[in-house]
Amino acid sequence: MSTCSSCACGAGGCGTNKLVDLGTPRGRGTEMISVSVDGVPVSVPAGTSVMRAAAEAGIKIPKLCATDQLQAFGSCRLCVVQIEGRRGYPASCTTPVESGMKIVTQTPRLADLRRNVMELYISDHPLDCLTCTANGNCELQDMAGVVGLREVRYGMAGENHFDAEHAEPIDESNPYFSFEPSKCIVCSRCVRACEEVQGTFALTISGRGFNSKVSASANESFLDSECVSCGACVNVCPTATLSEKSLIEFGQAERSVVTTCAYCGVGCSFHAEIKGQQVVRMVPNKDGGANEGHACVKGRFAWGYATHPDRLRRPMIRKHIEDPWQEVTWDEAFQYAASEIRRIQEKYGRKSVGGITSSRCTNEETWLVQKLIRTAFNNNNVDTCARVCHSPTGYGLKQTLGESAGTQDFLSVEDADVVVVMGANPTEGHPVFASRLKRRLREEAELIVIDPRAIDLVRSPHIEARYHLQLRPGTNVAMINALAHTVVEEGLVDEEFVRNRCEQPAFQEWREFILRPENSPEQVAEITGVSAADIRAAARLYATARNAAVYYGLGVTEHSQGSTTVMGIANLAMATGNIGRRGVGVNPLRGQNNVQGSCDMGSYPHELPGYRSVKDEATRRQFNEFWNTEIDPEPGFRIPHMLNAAVDGIFKGMYIQGEDVAQSDPNTQHVQEAFRNLECLIVQDIFFNETCKFAHVIFPGASFLEKDGTFTNAERRISRIRKVMEPIPGLADWEVTMGFANALGEPMHYNHPSEIMQEIAALTPTFAGVTYEKLDRLGSVQWPCNDENPAGSPVMHVHEFTRGLGKFILTEFVPTKEKVSRKFPLILTTGRILTQYNVGAQTRRTENVAWHHEDRLEIHAEDAAERGISDGDWVHIISRTGETRLRALISDRVKPGIVYTTFHFPESGANVVTTELSDWATNCPEYKVTAVQVRRSSEMTAWQSEFQHFSKEQSELLPGSTPTVPAK
Amino acid sequence: MIANESYKVYVPCDTTAASVGADRVAGRLIDEAQQRGISLQIVRNGSRGMFWLEPLVEVVTEQGRVAYGPVRPADVASLFEADFLRGGSHALQLGLTSEIPYLKNQERLTFARVGLIDPLSISDYEAYGGFVGLRKAIDMPPNGIVAAVKGSGLRGRGGAAFPTGIKWQTVLDTAADQKYIVCNADEGDSGTFADRMLMEGDPYCLIEGMIIAGLGVGATIGYIYLRSEYPRCWTILNEAIAYARAANFLGENILGSGRHFELEVRLGAGAYICGEETALLESLEGKRGEVRAKPPLPAVSGLFGKPTVVNNVITLASVPIILSCGPEFYHDYGLGRSRGTLTLQLAGNIKYPGLIEKAFGMTLKELLYDYGGGSASGRPIRAVQAGGPLGAYVPAKDFDMPIDYEAFMERGAMVGHGGIVAFDDSVDMLKMARFAMEFCVEESCGKCTPCRIGSVRGVEVIDKIAAGKERSEKVEGFGGLWGTMKDGFLCAMGGMTPFPVVSALKHFPEDFGLGPNE
Repeated sequence: MSTCSSCACGAGGCGTNKLVDLGTPRGRGTEMISVSVDGVPVSVPAGTSVMRAAAEAGIKIPKLCATDQLQAFGSCRLCVVQIEGRRGYPASCTTPVESGMKIVTQTPRLADLRRNVMELYISDHPLDCLTCTANGNCELQDMAGVVGLREVRYGMAGENHFDAEHAEPIDESNPYFSFEPSKCIVCSRCVRACEEVQGTFALTISGRGFNSKVSASANESFLDSECVSCGACVNVCPTATLSEKSLIEFGQAERSVVTTCAYCGVGCSFHAEIKGQQVVRMVPNKDGGANEGHACVKGRFAWGYATHPDRLRRPMIRKHIEDPWQEVTWDEAFQYAASEIRRIQEKYGRKSVGGITSSRCTNEETWLVQKLIRTAFNNNNVDTCARVCHSPTGYGLKQTLGESAGTQDFLSVEDADVVVVMGANPTEGHPVFASRLKRRLREEAELIVIDPRAIDLVRSPHIEARYHLQLRPGTNVAMINALAHTVVEEGLVDEEFVRNRCEQPAFQEWREFILRPENSPEQVAEITGVSAADIRAAARLYATARNAAVYYGLGVTEHSQGSTTVMGIANLAMATGNIGRRGVGVNPLRGQNNVQGSCDMGSYPHELPGYRSVKDEATRRQFNEFWNTEIDPEPGFRIPHMLNAAVDGIFKGMYIQGEDVAQSDPNTQHVQEAFRNLECLIVQDIFFNETCKFAHVIFPGASFLEKDGTFTNAERRISRIRKVMEPIPGLADWEVTMGFANALGEPMHYNHPSEIMQEIAALTPTFAGVTYEKLDRLGSVQWPCNDENPAGSPVMHVHEFTRGLGKFILTEFVPTKEKVSRKFPLILTTGRILTQYNVGAQTRRTENVAWHHEDRLEIHAEDAAERGISDGDWVHIISRTGETRLRALISDRVKPGIVYTTFHFPESGANVVTTELSDWATNCPEYKVTAVQVRRSSEMTAWQSEFQHFSKEQSELLPGSTPTVPAK
Repeated sequence: MIANESYKVYVPCDTTAASVGADRVAGRLIDEAQQRGISLQIVRNGSRGMFWLEPLVEVVTEQGRVAYGPVRPADVASLFEADFLRGGSHALQLGLTSEIPYLKNQERLTFARVGLIDPLSISDYEAYGGFVGLRKAIDMPPNGIVAAVKGSGLRGRGGAAFPTGIKWQTVLDTAADQKYIVCNADEGDSGTFADRMLMEGDPYCLIEGMIIAGLGVGATIGYIYLRSEYPRCWTILNEAIAYARAANFLGENILGSGRHFELEVRLGAGAYICGEETALLESLEGKRGEVRAKPPLPAVSGLFGKPTVVNNVITLASVPIILSCGPEFYHDYGLGRSRGTLTLQLAGNIKYPGLIEKAFGMTLKELLYDYGGGSASGRPIRAVQAGGPLGAYVPAKDFDMPIDYEAFMERGAMVGHGGIVAFDDSVDMLKMARFAMEFCVEESCGKCTPCRIGSVRGVEVIDKIAAGKERSEKVEGFGGLWGTMKDGFLCAMGGMTPFPVVSALKHFPEDFGLGPNE
């Protein structure tokens, strides 16, 4: 653990105070080896390098090509040492310790060698240190100092890469970092990081000898290359060669604060490097449990939205959505919103209002919103965006395993031997986890992909799925049943596990059910379009692995049988004994940074925090006492129910925190109709999003950089976010909810989010042991964190399931009602792309548009040819619900009969065509299956014209008419 | 002359012979025989290794094989006139091949069949003792095979001279689901050609050696990493492998033994560094040819991370005779820790260039004068470069030293792969030193700094010396450059980089504008 004590962040390890780099990764051996370094005894695990052993003994050996984030390479030759009984001068980074080794790190000859090597380096390096980007943070500079280089006897006039005649131009193509070849010392750290850490293999060294140079793909610019801009190369570059453009602009930061990324459910830890209120750069935290020093293009670079001119800065109100906005003070906004809610409740009843908590906000903020709704609104009309993504996970895992969360930590994948990726696209949606997964796959693990589309993991550098079960959208349950059928029929059940850990009657019933002929791979082959042989082979591979893990995403949940598939996955894992230890498990890759947390915090109309039913009197009593209130024992409305009730005219007021329902929920026309019926829509957001266009009150939000709190990621890891700048609108979101509650006459008084956490811990058993002090001390904890597991629980269900015995549940396949027909012969399914995040409100306001500036419709060449569609043509996508227009992308990632798009741009209108069908158990929308027709047409659809018109109208109502959609 | 009588004539298919017209000579022989109505069987054999006599045409007579050479296409008609098919006398007639002193005085163990047989004929190969070693090895336990190689004293002939048996033992002792035998046929040293001659002249010998190695260490897959500049080897090896597979010397269940061995030839892409074993493995894996740090040794973690024997062609080709005649037989040749025979390759400014296989112990002087006949120019030989482009320059005063790994090492020289390049007294050693350093600039893989930048600075330093701009530190080089390169390098090539220049400075200071004591 690298620590520093110079700042107030508490977590230690600041970017501005250089992190201790032990030079090479931890040795993997179990045996401890004792050696002496310069007479200092030290014991390290077998496989540890001499360099790391020395570092652990507190002895620094000069180095340039070594870093503890990469395997030893041995190229710089600065780290040479002498070892008693050995000839020559071995490199300490590549020499593993051996018992009793006596290592000497400083002798006159070593000093000489190091100085001479350094002299060679500097003879090919510009001497512009004072004006160099890396000044103050350059390892080359540091090492020149350490070895005592005083002159370059060769002069600077020899062959080189830096003078006007030889220097190659700076590559500025990447929007976030620049590549300055003349400063490169060819240590290959960037190349190795791209391979070992990120797993993209975009970089290489081209040429040889003195002509060796770092090259992106085959001598392309970084932007045009395969580079995914994760920043791992920039991170490890010891010189200014690869530098963040923000660092070039602002100079070295003055302080650093450990915080957590606010994009996806991986929840990467970062050092936010700051100068005043200005973020200089975000550097991934080596001690971050979720990411261990890695990042992706979003978290690492796409934070510029936080200070984008489009940010909402002042509260606004209006009576009708046709009225111009009026900027008001916070107090006026609170009073107006409160009076409207009270007016509506008086007129339409207590239950005519509700709200949505934000999966993008903190646990503390979510807690307050649901508390406000339960106490001040006095009903249970609270829901969150998990409704439209992972509600089936919550339901399915609760029913089978007893807890609404993934079973493993991310690190667990290092022990997996077979990995099933189902309905998820980790390299795009959860890139930092994908890098971990890919590393394990490159080592030795086997991969099974179950997806209608050939995602990158199916075949990418040094990775190839053993089986890609390319099923028809909507047939997940049939597929899971066929896999389970094979396991049972071929005698691959882990009988001992099932006997000891699962409910027997349920299992017996399930065994009979799953053995039914309709669940056999042979019959299911017809339904899924995947051969029985492949289904059987994949099932065998999964069932016979030492450790097999399933990772799944929205391709599993966003179906009319989403919950059934989740339970089917849990059944399969239980039947094969793949639960309760490292390397196995059922792992939902959750979408939003805090969607796990928002669910944990009781953002459900039927559940209080900790997934406890509102109908349970004991739980209610606990809250009633603590909150001095009377909680409604009746469950409230789910999001779709709220929208339906609004259309029906019985639901009139909403408080939406940080969710763009108008863009992200299915059947846009229906959503808009619902919103137009509301008399008071209060939206709390950082941007004027699609939902804001229907709002009456705007509470401007604060970004994750502007407040304190915690996020809970997909592995149940609770991590701190820390305020690095003042909230742009003056208040952090938790303060806004507090102000609103107070205006409603329901007093809330917290001085700091840590006080809210105290309340959470007091009322939520799985959070009982969580305090800010503990988070500062440990960095993060994974719930359950309580008396039994004071440091948290990386792996769940170890000795018994949360519900006691695991419960098999029958998973009958019921085809979706959304069927292809002559009129709608294609199935549209949706997904994401790496550089854009969800509805794109943030990433569209960053330079990430350099990679993806429009959503395209992927269509197979056969389907395209039949319709006379060429690559790049405008096409209309027509469903039973609506019609929109995108440009076509001819692709063999989808099979004939399937089309695919992303949904990052509001004008794409992906949800104009999606239907209102949803999961039978949780109402999670069936985004992934829509029957459509596609035809070539360059005309704008009616919806799009209307969208443009309405957007223009709404933007003109804003004070100063700030443009809401960036010009492209 | 009787029309139906058939004559057997050998014309080498070897690259060296072909480069001086052997293919055209063979063609002329066929044409001429046809015109004369003579039935002629032409066998394309390997070279005998007497390059000044190439193309060397041999005719089978009752007395034995009679040699004619060097034969040019224009000489063919006159050979027929002289009744060469019966050994008739001719200006180019050299008598019985086996009696030519250059050949007769050699001790050919590894090269016993090269030039003698049809390289692709398995029956020829077996008639001259081929596959005897393999048949013995099949009946031996792996440890026994490794013990035999150890007992022979065989050391790596690629240059590093590491005891082969010990390397094999490490691979044998390392448990793994897959092991590999890799033959380093990336023969890149200047003035060397032994690997090529062996592969072109007796490919089964290498194949047999690799199969035995596989049996010895438990490897079932072999790769020959061949330099792309050897197209004839590529063709011959691939044909030989196909024939050997057809005859069940390769593939599944070799000779009914229940053992398997697969063999494949892979081509390099012209980088000298890929002759360094770890760079070779990287290249073989399809990666950039860049050296790996050791440890781990390839014997523990080599090709695709599996235990791998990496041996030179001559090393592996010496294995069959060790198995067939026994380790003692082989060990009886040589002296000290240098056992068996060495295939020396004589090139440069030399009258009789060629391949000489002799037991260790002969002196350089014997090699250069008794075999080589002195310089081609007739001037005194001033120096030789031994052990390839990164070997030291050995001055004439050291020519009495025996050819032996340790004796060479004592004088700062390397036997290496056995290449000896001679220079007469008109040579400018500063230019030679510069050339050697330039070679390093050209061939450095670029991984480690002393080599990547040091070699470029090395050339610049030599140029400054040549221009008389530098004197004070020239012997040690700037800032101890030569020492830094020697001690700071990552791989074997890197560590040798300064040898040529250091030896040139030491032995020929006058060429650098220095007095003998400077």
